[in-house]
Amino acid sequence: METTGKLIRKQSLEKLYNILATGRKIYAPVPNSDRQTEYKYNPAYSEISYEHIRSTLSVKNVVFPKVENLLFFSNSKTETIITDIDLHRIPEVVLWGTHPCDNAAVDVLRSIFCWDIKDEFFSARLEKLTVIGLSCHLSDEFCFCTSVGLKPDSTKGSDILLSRLENGDYRADILTPKGEEIVSLSPELFESLSGGKVLITEVKQKFSHQQVTANLAGAFEHPFWIENSLRCIGCGACAYLCPTCACFDIQDETKGKNGRRYRSWDSCGFGLFTLHTSGHNPRSVQSQRWRQRIMHKFSYMPERNESLGCVGCGRCSSGCPVDMNIAEQLQELQSI
Amino acid sequence: MDEKIYRPYQMEIEKIVEETPDVRTFRLKFKNAVEAERFVFKAGQFGEYSVAGEGESTFCVASSPTRRGYIECTFRKAGRVTNALSNLEIGDTVGFRGPYGNTFPVEKWENKNLLYIAGGIALPPMRCVIWNTLDLRNKYKDITIIYGARTVSDLVYKQELKEWSERPDVKLITTVDPGGQTPDWKGEIGFVPTVLERVAPSSANTIAILCGPPVMIKFTMPVLEKLGFKEKDIYTTLENRMKCGFGKCGRCNVGNVFICKDGPVFSYEQLLSMPAEY
Amino acid sequence: MNSMNARAKELLENKTVNIIIGYEEGPTGIARPAFITDPATTDNLIYDDRCVQNLAVYLTKQEVKSFGKMAIVAALPVMRSIMMLISEKQVVPENIIVLGISTDGKYLDMADMSVMQGYIEKSVLTNPEKYKAALADLNRLNAEERFVYWEKELSNCIKCYACRQACPMCYCIRCSTEVNQPQWIPVQANTHGNMEWHILRAMHLAGRCISCGECGRACPLGIPCHLLTMHLTDKVYDYFKVNAGTSENMNSVLSTFEPNDKESFII
Repeated sequence: METTGKLIRKQSLEKLYNILATGRKIYAPVPNSDRQTEYKYNPAYSEISYEHIRSTLSVKNVVFPKVENLLFFSNSKTETIITDIDLHRIPEVVLWGTHPCDNAAVDVLRSIFCWDIKDEFFSARLEKLTVIGLSCHLSDEFCFCTSVGLKPDSTKGSDILLSRLENGDYRADILTPKGEEIVSLSPELFESLSGGKVLITEVKQKFSHQQVTANLAGAFEHPFWIENSLRCIGCGACAYLCPTCACFDIQDETKGKNGRRYRSWDSCGFGLFTLHTSGHNPRSVQSQRWRQRIMHKFSYMPERNESLGCVGCGRCSSGCPVDMNIAEQLQELQSI
Repeated sequence: MDEKIYRPYQMEIEKIVEETPDVRTFRLKFKNAVEAERFVFKAGQFGEYSVAGEGESTFCVASSPTRRGYIECTFRKAGRVTNALSNLEIGDTVGFRGPYGNTFPVEKWENKNLLYIAGGIALPPMRCVIWNTLDLRNKYKDITIIYGARTVSDLVYKQELKEWSERPDVKLITTVDPGGQTPDWKGEIGFVPTVLERVAPSSANTIAILCGPPVMIKFTMPVLEKLGFKEKDIYTTLENRMKCGFGKCGRCNVGNVFICKDGPVFSYEQLLSMPAEY
Repeated sequence: MNSMNARAKELLENKTVNIIIGYEEGPTGIARPAFITDPATTDNLIYDDRCVQNLAVYLTKQEVKSFGKMAIVAALPVMRSIMMLISEKQVVPENIIVLGISTDGKYLDMADMSVMQGYIEKSVLTNPEKYKAALADLNRLNAEERFVYWEKELSNCIKCYACRQACPMCYCIRCSTEVNQPQWIPVQANTHGNMEWHILRAMHLAGRCISCGECGRACPLGIPCHLLTMHLTDKVYDYFKVNAGTSENMNSVLSTFEPNDKESFII
């Protein structure tokens, strides 16, 4: 796809941010300690930093919130009245400075939520979403986007992709009609670009995902799963930090006669995820659950949803309390 | 705006049958006449039944699609939602989302013999297809039903079993586990796989449909194979922990299949290609 | 760590144990739990400052228990966790051989649990130094200020339960949060529900927590939930003069009645 590279100066970027932040919700990265960066809504521009490799939580919250109401209800003796959520009230959201892995992840989520039947909540949020991504000039040993078909400057999922230039200004690639709409708000901020080197980090490829997917097809009974999952403690950290994990629970909550039905994040790593009420649990041992995580992302999803279930952001590995390093395991799976 | 996929239909309980002390059957009718008119389903499909405030629970639609105007479900009191459902009375409201899942391929079975095998609380998922084929009786050849439960009081659909046993065009064999019989029990005594071997129905031009707890399936399959049934002519309906019912929440994912979306009806041939994680 | 590795190798070669639970270095330089069954790979075992996970958490996992007799590398916090698990009848002492590590990182041969108990009794058992400043800071705040502090911290909690899963004393097959009749704790991660969860966990650990700090370290969001459990550890000592995990037969401090218990809050 032909991209139009424009120059947006450092000061102009701040101006653009402030234009967008007035009247829209803008999700931008803010460091909150010397180790962690989190995305927050409408911080002051001075609070924003672009020096993080990954935020702690992914930005999937904007299209798949950790808690989402599905409906409200009110019970009486004779009837239950259901009130739908007014999806028109979902605000416009701009993702600001999100990395290419996170941006590509939105499309992976779409491949689940819009598969055959369209999830109206996800679709409504996606429609209201504009993504102003930022290519990565930094990476670390946990990154592996290049092993899953992406790169530190992938345009996938971005409406505008910014890349830092050597002099601290940015190149802006305007990629979609939504991106053009943003430009039209203040076209003078986008000047013509005449060359200039963009700072893109190098992420060495660690494995071939095609080879992994091919190997997984016959690997269900392989001893690999037991050998490599003993230290997994069965928490939900990897699933909750992951930008492409979409498993959810549906629960009801009441206060007196009124209540709501909501969905919330869930993880296939939990022991109770597949527990039947009869007591039968098809995945009663952690190795089976670890196998499910990898197979689902690298074998089942490519086959059914035509999308790899991973964008190589490395959050699962850097956040895991016991170093279940997914890239390390996938490298091994490449040669079983 | 997009269709509301999480919104349940509001149903009213029309009839309650206490099948056993902890198993109930509800007959539900749509409160909204337009929805009632538009609603269609096929045998084998399931739904998410809810009590607003307690949650949703997955059961099959146990009535046949040949009978319009209502749907039926049968459930055992086992957890939070089923406990709440058990406390409801005629006239109360139940939510229903569905129909979800695939169907028994009853059209492919025309002009064949049908052998239904079920155990305990697994008769409800088969009831829809049994009645479906009985309501279209002349499309099928011999119909045999083998149904067993642990004890006489655990047998569900006692009224239906009586009806089926009195029909000349159905062969019904009921059994209870050894020790589960009452003094006046006139049926067979023995586990379902044992009784199946004893009855030894012919596999020629016959489709076997079975549903039961994993242990029953495990011991029944070898008997069917011994009787000459081919893998593609044996069907079952699976259950797994479910929430959304349409392949998004991830819970019922087994191999590259979603029990809610690609099932719950599977041929044994299909089952063999899936990992045994259900 | 040669003597630790040598002992581990010996235990496996003699088939005294079937598995060694220790630490190894991962490819990114992080130390992580290791499970060694082959005597030839005992060289992979390490012990240094990077080894923080509380390995006792694996002693109650069915996948690990199925190996039968095991040896476990244990610095003081892990030793105390093992002691707690024995006193709560979750671990059979005859099945475990402890490869002790002293506070200055040296290997300690431990013939049996009484040797381990002797070592624990000689050790400093208060909350670790590095947490004392943060605990003191919190104690300087009044109740209202502390509530605001925890409200803010716990608004970020995503209920991943890494804190619970990393804790050796959270071995309940069905946690209170996994009970829905009644629903004690909301399933979703909202601020007050999160506070209910963390307070519940801290209360269930009072008198049982040995202050390893793993709950807070495991938290992917850096929420200092270990300060809640450690605060209660201080309180239990203040009221009952008991330290958790110091002997195989200690009674549960909060569910044991002694006739000479202080009753100043009643009479």
